[in-house]
Amino acid sequence: MPDSHDVLFRTLADPTRRSLFERLCREGEQTVGALTTQSGVSQPAVSKHLGVLKQAGLVRDRHEGRQTHYSAQLGALAPLIDWTSHMVGFWQSRFDHLEDLLKRMDQ
Amino acid sequence: MSETLSVVIERDMAFPPDKIWRALTQPHLIEEWLMKNDFQPVVGHNFNLTADWGSVGCQVLVVEPNRTLSYTWGAYGLESVVTWTLTPTSTGTHLRMEQSGFRPDQQQAYNGAKYGWQKFFANLDQLLARMN
Repeated sequence: MPDSHDVLFRTLADPTRRSLFERLCREGEQTVGALTTQSGVSQPAVSKHLGVLKQAGLVRDRHEGRQTHYSAQLGALAPLIDWTSHMVGFWQSRFDHLEDLLKRMDQ
Repeated sequence: MSETLSVVIERDMAFPPDKIWRALTQPHLIEEWLMKNDFQPVVGHNFNLTADWGSVGCQVLVVEPNRTLSYTWGAYGLESVVTWTLTPTSTGTHLRMEQSGFRPDQQQAYNGAKYGWQKFFANLDQLLARMN
C-alpha cells in the first residue's frame, strides 16, 4: 500500500508536526491550548498541523465543551513498523546462512 | 523519533574478519548465503541481487577491506543503505549489519513504490518459507 506510506512520510516530514505527534505519544491526550503553549508556534498553526495529522490517521480528536482534545493513534504507524520487523527476520536468517557458509569455507 | 528508520543485526562470529570479508564480497560466496549477484568490491559499481521473486538494485558505497562494506539497497520502492561493519574480537569477529533508510523528508524514499512493500515482503516470506 504505497499510498498510505506516502501519506505517513509526508505527514511526519514536517518537524513541527512530528514534535506534536511525539508529545502526544509521550504525554497522552492534550488540548490544543496545552500543545500550543510548548510548541513555539501559534494556535492556528498548531490546529492546522493537527488537522493534517488527523487526516493521516495519526491522531484522533475529541470535543469536550469548547475544548478539543487530541490523542496519538500509534496503530497508524504499523505499516512502517512492519517494514523493519520484516527486515529483522530476513537478515537474521541471512546471518544464519552466512554462519553456516563460514563453517564450510576453507581457512 | 529518529528521522531514519533502521534495522540493526549484530552477531559474534567465531571466524576472523578476512574470512567473513570474503563471504561478503565474493560473488559465488554471496550467492550461498544471500542471493545471486554480480557484485564487485569497487566503489560506484552497480549490481543486482536476484532471486526468483525479483531483484534488488544496489550500488557499492564503501569498501574498506576486512572492516566496512556499504551498498545501497533498492527494491519495490524500498530505498535504503546496508552497511556491514567487522570488528576483530579475541574469539573472532563482531559482525554488525545496519540497514537504514526512509528518512521521511527524503522524497525518493517513498517515490516509485510501484509494487508496494507488502508484495515485496510477501515474496520474501514465501522465499524464506521455501528455504526452511
